[in-house]
Amino acid sequence: MSGRSVRRHVTSGLMTSLVAVLSFTAVFALVLILADLIAKGASSLDWDFFTKNPVPAGQSGGGVANAIVGTGIIVGLAALIGLPVGVGTGLYLAEYGSGRLGWTVRFVADVLNGTPSIVIGIFAWTRLVRPMHGYSALAGSVALAALMIPMIARTTEEMVRLVPHSLREAALALGYPRWRTSLRVVARTALAGIVTGCLVGIARIAGETAPLIFTALGNLNFTTNITQPMQTLPHEIYEYAQGPFEEWHRLAWASALVLMSLVLLLGVTARWAIRQRHGAAR
Amino acid sequence: MAPPADARLRLETVRLTALFGRRAVLKDVTIIFPAHTVTAVIGPSGCGKSTFLRCLNRMHELSEGGWVTGRVLLDGADIYDSHVDPVQLRRRIGMVFQRPTPFPTMSIYDNVAAGLRVNGHRGRRELDEVVERALRQAALWDEVKDRLRASALALSGGQQQRLCIARALAPQPEVLLLDEPTASLDPAGTQRIEELCHELKRLYTIVIVTHNMQQAARVSDYTAFFYLGDLIEVGRTEELFTRPTKEQTEAYITGRFG
Repeated sequence: MSGRSVRRHVTSGLMTSLVAVLSFTAVFALVLILADLIAKGASSLDWDFFTKNPVPAGQSGGGVANAIVGTGIIVGLAALIGLPVGVGTGLYLAEYGSGRLGWTVRFVADVLNGTPSIVIGIFAWTRLVRPMHGYSALAGSVALAALMIPMIARTTEEMVRLVPHSLREAALALGYPRWRTSLRVVARTALAGIVTGCLVGIARIAGETAPLIFTALGNLNFTTNITQPMQTLPHEIYEYAQGPFEEWHRLAWASALVLMSLVLLLGVTARWAIRQRHGAAR
Repeated sequence: MAPPADARLRLETVRLTALFGRRAVLKDVTIIFPAHTVTAVIGPSGCGKSTFLRCLNRMHELSEGGWVTGRVLLDGADIYDSHVDPVQLRRRIGMVFQRPTPFPTMSIYDNVAAGLRVNGHRGRRELDEVVERALRQAALWDEVKDRLRASALALSGGQQQRLCIARALAPQPEVLLLDEPTASLDPAGTQRIEELCHELKRLYTIVIVTHNMQQAARVSDYTAFFYLGDLIEVGRTEELFTRPTKEQTEAYITGRFG
């Protein structure tokens, strides 16, 4: 081997090890977090944890049923508001958004995407909580939806843009009106990607705490009334982790584990959905 | 060129000019496509032959900046008339593209039925019949009849292209436009499509764009030669290839440029 060839091989080997180490670091963070959560939280995951409500401070026992149900309701409601608006906006941007209006919407979505979530929370507080004279789960959902919409709009747009132009032309040449081409052929072809984007968006907002501090507030009692303050897992972790009681810390660790598993589950479902589609489509 | 006297006139263009913005890519084309014939459109890359085809079903105007002047007459009526709905028109003029474009989310059956469903046909029996007929016409029926519910992407490239032909035939168009339909196929697939052209011209008027002169000679009754946006010469295929009247035509078909 000539000197140059040797050098090339050495460089290649070094670079490969470097990226391997870097990737390992990235994965290691997740492994550490999960290991900690399992070590400190798993032992508290019993039937009571999921079915009981919090007990008065200082007493032992009790669970976080109110926060689990609350997270379900607030995130579900946020998805109900956010998904149609987000997906609709994304479709519009991809199919009709080449003009000035499209440019503006895209710009606003990108700015919103970068807005700190606490700012969204304060905004929801001024616009919803104050006029409605009280904290509520609904205000929390709206804040989360506002976080979610630009994210989903942009991923939907990207996914729809990935659909080859030739497919669109084939539908138009067959006598499809434009709107039907967009929905029946283009959006359907991009569906796996859109669904994945939605799941990732939901996973992302499920862990948000800041916007909920100003809106849903938190509640020690169990409620399903969306006009009342409601407890959520992230908010409950935030409160309990700061509390003085060992019992609270225990519940916070377990809640963190549950929340993390929920987000992981959504991520895995998203992966699975995309694999299903691509398996059939490619 | 003198079309056979008994042939009903099907499609013709009168001084058709196609533009992108202010740039004309096709100039003043006047040509007649007699009913139940195959006309091949040949010429070097960038000569405007695909654009020409896309003017015939008003697809050209969907491209950024695309518009036309002149007329395109289908059975005597101008398809660019203001009261003609291009969406309705495209149901009368089928088109097949260079690369197979089956709808990836639909089954074989649904792909063929797509053009009918969009037209409001929903009856199960009627759809079954039309789908079978279209697949038979495209010489694909025997290969797919046992797996009509399978994804269209499970088919080979050649089969996918015949599926696209079936899909274009299902709504029973009057004219079939083929834009280099064999460009991405192997020789066997190409041969099947060429044989199809011969059979389908009994039912349809066919215009086929091809960069392959042997193919033009094999499948067509008439051949039109385009160069740099101009229609240089059109005539009976055997005459155009044996006794071209224009120097450019002769230079092209003898391979002196292209």
